[in-house]
Amino acid sequence: MWEYAPAPESRDIANLKPNYRMFVDGKFVEGSGEPLKTINPATEEVLAEVSTASESDVDTAVKAARRAYDRVWSKMPGSERAKYIYRIARQIQERGRELAVLESLDNGKPIKESRDVDIPTAASHFFYHAGWADKLGYAGYGPDPKPLGVAGQVIPWNFPLLMAAWKIAPALACGNTVVLKPAETTPLTALVLADIIQQCDLPPGVVNIIPGAGDVGAALVGHEDVDKVAFTGSTDVGKVIQGQLAGTSKKLTLELGGKAANIVFDDAPLDQAVEGIVNGIFFNQGHVCCAGSRLLVQESIADELVEKLHARVSTLRVGDPLDKNTDVGAINSREQLTKIKELTESGEAEGATRWTSECPLPDKGFFFAPTVFSGVSQAMRIAREEIFGPVLSVLTFRTPEEAVAKANNTPYGLSAGVWTEKGSRILWMAQRMRAGVVWSNTFNRFDPTAPFGGYQESGFGREGGRTGLEAYLDV
Amino acid sequence: MAAPTTLPSALADAVRDESSLRRFLHGLPGVDQVGVEQRAAGLGTRSIKKASKLHAIDLAISMVDLTTLEGADTHGKVRSLAAKARRPDPDRPDVPKVAAVCVYPDMVKTAADDLVGTGINVASVATAFPSGRSTMDIKLADTRFAVEQGAAEVDMVIDRGAFLSGRYGQVFEEIVKIKEACGDAHLKVILETGELVTYDNVRRASWLALLAGGDFIKTSTGKVQPAATLPVTHVMLQAVRDWKEQTGELRGVKPAGGIRTTKDAIKYLVAVHEVAGPEWLDPNLFRFGASTLLNDLLMQRRTQLDGHYSGPDYVTVD
Repeated sequence: MWEYAPAPESRDIANLKPNYRMFVDGKFVEGSGEPLKTINPATEEVLAEVSTASESDVDTAVKAARRAYDRVWSKMPGSERAKYIYRIARQIQERGRELAVLESLDNGKPIKESRDVDIPTAASHFFYHAGWADKLGYAGYGPDPKPLGVAGQVIPWNFPLLMAAWKIAPALACGNTVVLKPAETTPLTALVLADIIQQCDLPPGVVNIIPGAGDVGAALVGHEDVDKVAFTGSTDVGKVIQGQLAGTSKKLTLELGGKAANIVFDDAPLDQAVEGIVNGIFFNQGHVCCAGSRLLVQESIADELVEKLHARVSTLRVGDPLDKNTDVGAINSREQLTKIKELTESGEAEGATRWTSECPLPDKGFFFAPTVFSGVSQAMRIAREEIFGPVLSVLTFRTPEEAVAKANNTPYGLSAGVWTEKGSRILWMAQRMRAGVVWSNTFNRFDPTAPFGGYQESGFGREGGRTGLEAYLDV
Repeated sequence: MAAPTTLPSALADAVRDESSLRRFLHGLPGVDQVGVEQRAAGLGTRSIKKASKLHAIDLAISMVDLTTLEGADTHGKVRSLAAKARRPDPDRPDVPKVAAVCVYPDMVKTAADDLVGTGINVASVATAFPSGRSTMDIKLADTRFAVEQGAAEVDMVIDRGAFLSGRYGQVFEEIVKIKEACGDAHLKVILETGELVTYDNVRRASWLALLAGGDFIKTSTGKVQPAATLPVTHVMLQAVRDWKEQTGELRGVKPAGGIRTTKDAIKYLVAVHEVAGPEWLDPNLFRFGASTLLNDLLMQRRTQLDGHYSGPDYVTVD
């Protein structure tokens, strides 16, 4: 037997500090909220203490953003804003290894993903949007579209730095200033981004980063001087925010949960479909709002495909997120692990057939072995609720119409995958999918040029591409 | 068409006649180019260090078909290649010997004489290598000559012209006949994937060769660019894996041409390990067709053991 020796990335590269402070008006300052301790979900050790914002700190941050907007950023020519944004992009690349290791420590995702996906894609969002800053007149929103003002942004823990980039880059490119709240379990890379922003000499107050829990987020989105709210996170919180903002003039975009269907027809390239299914649900431990958590497979190939899938999933290496050969890392928090366990138990109780990889799991930390449920029906909770973990539900269909009906039979509508060698069927399906993104013969591919967003309870508004600029322009 | 071995009924049907064979090959699932290349690149990022690297290097050495296929080959060159095969690193007797020495038919006897009793096989290319452009009689005579001279392994080329024009039956028959002519010698079937171009073709040719009784499927002659690539090898590894699923038989894969560094070789071994499965990590089931690869493996082996790099002057050039 050939065992791969451990190949851990050095954690020293993360340049981890014992204390992190919030970033307001161009300076790192103590917040007056209760400090939080952020832990490494792979070991449960405390990584650092992070100061959090109180309501008055939120007010200070929004005021700083307003000042920066009125005095500097909204008046600056786009070509000048672009220089700052390009500088941020280059600095993210420069400090890519540091950010990747820190992200894996704080979030639990495997280093190969933070290194090859999160950090490079974060940089590319800044690069892409920097290019728009002086070309907004050609974006299709009139000759000289204006920014909105101060953007209050709240982001989740699944892609901490990447989500910060998705939010900050278009806001800055369009001429807005930002107050951003990272998730309470993963604040560290956003604060290193703050350091980068400081070193890039961005005018004070243009970007403010205030860690904290849900109450800080609520104070931020509810602040009267915020003009635009962007939230990525759970559908429950999204609904609360929408309610809170009803009747105000604030512009809102929400990017919420999903229960995406990955649809495999009998003429699909099977080996690559298996890869796509694995990537669709086990990428980032399944902590992906657009994860392909429902596999819809044509009945005639279901047994063969599921057998191939089990064999492939058995080869996934689960363990130390810093090991370069780890495929599936740690679940982000005990709370999330409990939720995943609860939902998988419901799957068994409701009569689905559970298969779980026999891979060894570490003794410490929050880990969950990749799991595939077959014999799932639409009525089961595991087919309807977002699990947000490495758990796949397999359903079957016979006709394309049935595939469409089942795929769309969800309150969500963020993404979908279609696997077939027949081009006409891809187009036919894509027209009928109620999902913001439809991937064909691939899954979970992200690019700053492509708009991303949802239908129904997956939210509204688009991020990325020309379309994504609309959310940050007064149009 | 005569099936060479007892096949399960589904596969026996596939080789009943030419149209069944065509239906079978065209009924295989397609290969998505972007997907297979993405997977190959992804697996290529595996980080193999320390003991696992040393193990991989020794394994790779034992899988090398040390090859010389030049018009300018001499008996002297083949003899020194045989010496290198027996003791790849003369200073380090614990280095494993290579799997085989691969030469043209007229050099087989020279190599075989020098390798008697070593456990190292002589492999010979045959069937009008590398183009395969000759008559069946000549291809058969070429094969018989190589085996008579002492080749324990025969590397044949398929008729790519026939394959690409859809005459699958002809390609099948040729492989079956060459396999017969091989007798006890193992048959490696060279698909020349650089001329088949698409991954769908590689998959079909792989299955065609397996159905016809090839013991190994081999990517390339080394005379056509591109030669072996990782994604092509993935597709071929999937074929032998699926073949085992259906028949219980283990068949081998041999990428050849263009694999020059230890780093590359380890990427192939990772693919063998994770695409086909650990049981293919065996010189009887996986080979590297290479000439310069061996010395890089030896240099990296020294680096692993000595803790520093020594350089090309410390390994023998032939």
